[in-house]
Amino acid sequence: MRLELAKRPQHSKLFSALSPFIAFVLTVIAGAILFALLGKSPGAALYAYFIAPLTDLWSLHELAIKAAPLILIAVGLAVCYLSNNWNIGAEGQFVMGAVVGAMLPILYPGLQQSPLALPVMLVMGALGGAAYAAIPAFLKARFNTNEILTSLMLVYVAQLFLDWLVRGPWRDPAAMNFPQAPRFTGYAVLPELLPSAGRANIGILFALIAAVLVWILLARTRKGFEIRVIGMSPRAGRFAGFSTRGAIFFSFLLSGALAGLAGISEVSGAIGRLQPSISPGYGFAAIIVAFLGRLNPLGIVAAGFVLALTYLGGEVAQIEVGVSDKVVRAFQGLLLFFVLACDTLIHYRIRFVPSERLAAVLPEAKSDA
Amino acid sequence: MLESILLTIATASTPLLIAAIGELVVERSGVLNLGVEGMMLMGAVIGFGVALTTGNPWLGVLAGIVAGAAFSMLFAFLALTLATNQVATGLALTLLGVGASGMIGEAFVGQPGVKLTPIYIPGLTDMPFGRLFFGQDPMFYISLLLVAGVSWFLFRTRAGLTLRSVGDSHTSAHALGIKVIRIRYAAVAFGGACAGLAGAQMSLVYTSQWIENMTAGRGWIALALVVFASWRPTRVLLGAYLFGAITIAQLHVQALSPNDIAVGAGPLWFLSEAGRWLLSVLKSVPAQFLSALPYLATVVVLVLISRNRRLTLINTPACLGRPFVPDR
Repeated sequence: MRLELAKRPQHSKLFSALSPFIAFVLTVIAGAILFALLGKSPGAALYAYFIAPLTDLWSLHELAIKAAPLILIAVGLAVCYLSNNWNIGAEGQFVMGAVVGAMLPILYPGLQQSPLALPVMLVMGALGGAAYAAIPAFLKARFNTNEILTSLMLVYVAQLFLDWLVRGPWRDPAAMNFPQAPRFTGYAVLPELLPSAGRANIGILFALIAAVLVWILLARTRKGFEIRVIGMSPRAGRFAGFSTRGAIFFSFLLSGALAGLAGISEVSGAIGRLQPSISPGYGFAAIIVAFLGRLNPLGIVAAGFVLALTYLGGEVAQIEVGVSDKVVRAFQGLLLFFVLACDTLIHYRIRFVPSERLAAVLPEAKSDA
Repeated sequence: MLESILLTIATASTPLLIAAIGELVVERSGVLNLGVEGMMLMGAVIGFGVALTTGNPWLGVLAGIVAGAAFSMLFAFLALTLATNQVATGLALTLLGVGASGMIGEAFVGQPGVKLTPIYIPGLTDMPFGRLFFGQDPMFYISLLLVAGVSWFLFRTRAGLTLRSVGDSHTSAHALGIKVIRIRYAAVAFGGACAGLAGAQMSLVYTSQWIENMTAGRGWIALALVVFASWRPTRVLLGAYLFGAITIAQLHVQALSPNDIAVGAGPLWFLSEAGRWLLSVLKSVPAQFLSALPYLATVVVLVLISRNRRLTLINTPACLGRPFVPDR
């Protein structure tokens, strides 16, 4: 048996819509097998992962907290990937956004009493993320340097920089040598949506607004059209007079700004202060979110909640079923694999062809293929 | 002192060298596999686990190689058979490798590992600087053999020529009756085996323990080294040792005292003075900044290499990263 691809004359609308769902089902099946191998009941584990977090109000709030940064980052990444700019350093831009945004409450604690503090912090965070993303963008546009490698290397640099800040100059003197910056207070804290019911903050609103705006940008504006043309065929884009360099800067700055906004929202909302580690790999999980949402901002909203569910379900499963929280990362990687595999169905028909030796024995099979 | 520094540089450079030489073969066949980091982690954790349970480090090395190659086949099936986007698929392999290795390795955290012992040749190893040439761990010699072997294979054999032709024009190669997909499968498997071996070196020689995410970006640096080397095996050797030296230099700065520096005496006294001054400057820099050096150096090196657009264009395998679907 051999597997053969045959190009479809047109890409399949059916599989375009179905592929993320097929991928998700395949991941769940693979997960069930994995849990069975680990000696856990697959039913109980899958329930803990995908159903239990949805059964009470408190965890729905937690879901919104985890989905917000994933959606914000992934929406920006979609613009990058559609224009063929491979920004995989969103984790670093997230960290730098948090650091730059946190400058205000840490360096000028008095300003936290002003209602303007939060808007200024959010803008600074977005600018910080955008500025950090501008480095790989500039290097790609000016020197043709591979943006995949440079953006990733800068993740490590940003994490070390944050580590130095919270252990050194920005350490809270009142924290008994704990490596953490002072807690944000007053207007520097991101407001909660429904404080009586849970912790969810307005970060999720930023994410939804960003998704709608970027959807309009991509589907309804000339700039969005430019982005998609350049991504599909840089040559066609050049003939149409679109600037490839412009697209590099536009997509990197936009995605950097959104990652930075996610970063400052996370530290001023869910965490409340700067500490050595501020992200459980949101910047990388967002890559999966972007592809699971088929690079469509509205699909990304749904995908963001699915990935947020795996984070949350991982915590539940660790407590209730005794599965390590490390399984989550493996799960997420598996999901991306299945998404990419299923996307092949959109452009190709897959045929199983008997191997040549078999075909020689069975002549009718050969004429069939 | 100098000898022991050179020895640690060799140990730090070896995983970079092995992973990069494997990826070089993959890229020469026209495939971009960004999963090196994930494959290294899989090799590291499986190699460590097998060595720990059997007590035999060589079985660990073997298991690391097999794990890396087997893991790379996931990438190969998607990117080659299903013609998926290679960048995204490679990323997926790394994300999966990070997650899966963390999951598998949870039981091994904090366990004392089994170390691969350095070779010892009576007489030769005891000479001054003898340990450098005749007293290192076997992986060091294997890495050098790999460079020589790959260099010979790519540029001195017919099979190597075929592999390069597939990387430069898969359509022409296909028209000549060369099995493009089959050759690429073999190249990806070799790259996976090398990444797995590099990972096993890290968990059996370099640190001889399992720490989650222990490769800390070395897989990505190996990818950068291939670009830095403009796809030439001998230049990979140079690049790997350059980065190994940077990694080690930042570690030694913490440990070195000014009295250790005695490079020149007599008329050359200023060399020692300059060294001591440099050390005092470096010691005043926060440790995190020194740790960031290898990553920053990678960025700088990539910029320097890619600035010359013509040179990159000539050296890059023309079909790098382009999926191939044979039409029948």
